[in-house]
Amino acid sequence: MKKPTLSPFFLHVCKKAMFYFGTYFIALSLTFVIIRLMPGNPIQVLVARLMAGRPKGGPVFGVDRLYLLFIQEFSLDKLAHEQYIVYMQSMLGSTINLLTFRICPVLQSANFGISITYYPLTVMDIMTGKLLWSLALLLPSIVIGFIVGNYLGAIAASKKGVIDNVVFNTSLFLSNIPYYCLALILLFVFAFVYRIFPIGGGYSFGRIGFSLTLDWIIDYLHHYALPFLSLFLITVGGQAIGMRVMMIYELNSDYYVYSKQLGLSERKLVNYAYQNAILPQITGLALSFGSIFSGSLITEVVFNYPGIGLALYNAILGRDYPLIQGCFAIITLTTLVANFLMDIAYAFIDPRIRAVYAGEKA
Amino acid sequence: MSLQLLKQSKKFLVGISILLFFIGLATIMPWFMPNPKAMIGGLWEPPSYERILGTDPLGRDVFSLFVHGINMSLRIGILAGLVATAAGVVIGAVAGYRGGIVDEVLMSITNVMLVIPTLALLIVLAAFIQVRNEMLMAFVIGITSWPWTARSIRSQTLSLKAREFIDLARMSGLSEKKIIFQDVLPNMFSYIFMCFALQMAGGILSETGLSMIGLGPTDIVSLGMILRWALSWEAVRLGKWWVFTPVTIAITLLTTSLLLINTGMDEIFNPRMRRL
Repeated sequence: MKKPTLSPFFLHVCKKAMFYFGTYFIALSLTFVIIRLMPGNPIQVLVARLMAGRPKGGPVFGVDRLYLLFIQEFSLDKLAHEQYIVYMQSMLGSTINLLTFRICPVLQSANFGISITYYPLTVMDIMTGKLLWSLALLLPSIVIGFIVGNYLGAIAASKKGVIDNVVFNTSLFLSNIPYYCLALILLFVFAFVYRIFPIGGGYSFGRIGFSLTLDWIIDYLHHYALPFLSLFLITVGGQAIGMRVMMIYELNSDYYVYSKQLGLSERKLVNYAYQNAILPQITGLALSFGSIFSGSLITEVVFNYPGIGLALYNAILGRDYPLIQGCFAIITLTTLVANFLMDIAYAFIDPRIRAVYAGEKA
Repeated sequence: MSLQLLKQSKKFLVGISILLFFIGLATIMPWFMPNPKAMIGGLWEPPSYERILGTDPLGRDVFSLFVHGINMSLRIGILAGLVATAAGVVIGAVAGYRGGIVDEVLMSITNVMLVIPTLALLIVLAAFIQVRNEMLMAFVIGITSWPWTARSIRSQTLSLKAREFIDLARMSGLSEKKIIFQDVLPNMFSYIFMCFALQMAGGILSETGLSMIGLGPTDIVSLGMILRWALSWEAVRLGKWWVFTPVTIAITLLTTSLLLINTGMDEIFNPRMRRL
């Protein structure tokens, strides 16, 4: 056996990185087109309205400040292609700033622009905190949901009978409920009827901000339980359904039947089948990350959970266009980074891909 | 012939019955209650024999809102499904049939669109449109959700392309456009319909999601708008279950029925899936 070399794998990573960067670039360009080039877009309308009531040469107050902010934020005093260059520079600079955890001194000023509703604060300042809240909700529910769901699906497929029936039907039910519907039902049952969990929010009143005391953590987990459960249950349902089908397919395959007749232990065989069945599940997870993330945004609104979804909701209510634009950039970025990491992880896990990159054809 | 086959699938039958039930409810009931926005009772009246789903805090009949909402959600779902399926079928069929550079360009666009989170793009689009009517909502949802369809139609086209009758059509000198529209697409009709069922379910879900964060159709009652009102009236926190429970059940049943239609058809028309 040849030793795996690094360079083809490195090339693979580079290719993927290029693809995701290109996608991000296109996504940003799309927003640019939507926001500024659409006829009668709200920014033009807003600026025109502000301009109408603007006394010439007067002091800069209130409405004026908003007007100037808009002109500056969207560089409306420039030509379209110049606007595009300024926009891209600012967005990409801000992205790099965010990805390097804001330590790069050159990029300190690149902050996705200034929010209108939270005036002096930059979009970056608002979003970094919210992003942490969102990820704290999203990642555990996906990871634990993935593990539990696949485990249940595999058990259902290999045990058959009653267990299979129960797992299959529950999962089918769970995976078909839209995120926000399950969220509403959970909220009603556990926060209104039984009053076990709080009715929403990320923490109790008067406990704004994060502190690492036991008190705070318990309070946080208490608020965290329902949003977590709603995302977790749907992930479990979807994963269990997928895994069950994959496992049934594996358990009926020739290698399995043959090895079983050779007398290999069932336990060991199921383990092999599981390892084969989990690979497509990981691809599926990577592909559905975007929709899970999107689902979690609305879940946050239902639970009043202070993450990106709620920030986006407030931005829409306040017509805070720089913040909406920043939210889109950060949501897209998170999705793409997650997909990218998943692609790399997949290349490590799948022996076939590893073999290809090691120079032996699978 | 194929309709006879479809009758064998229990899933398809259940799915289509639920769907037809809702379509019936949404087309017949609004005739009896033409104005859902009329104030007809007190605030937060619980369900009674007269008003089976009670009233909302504006004194409107929730059942009337509900049937009008289903009507609108179905219409947006169907329209969005049509837009998305049409776009996906044309792009997928052309890419698969043409191959070469056209295929590569179209598929890279599709792959890029696949990884961009659709809901976020939808939010940006919807947020920058001031007045959103039914057609606009459907169009916006449709043009952001075609990539999956394009991908699967492309692979179907690729496998059809290798069949003899397509070669025959090509040899007889038919134009490319004619081959795609007269020979390739009609042979995938059941498959295209399955894609449409999924897209319609997706359209209903997207409409509800968008409406819940305040980007729904302006001035129209849809299932999503009812949920949005329920949220802003704090209906869950006040325990007014009659406002949001019927809507959540309706959305879940509608999307499940479309999914059942899809899997039922898949089991009938796709020989590899038969038995399951």
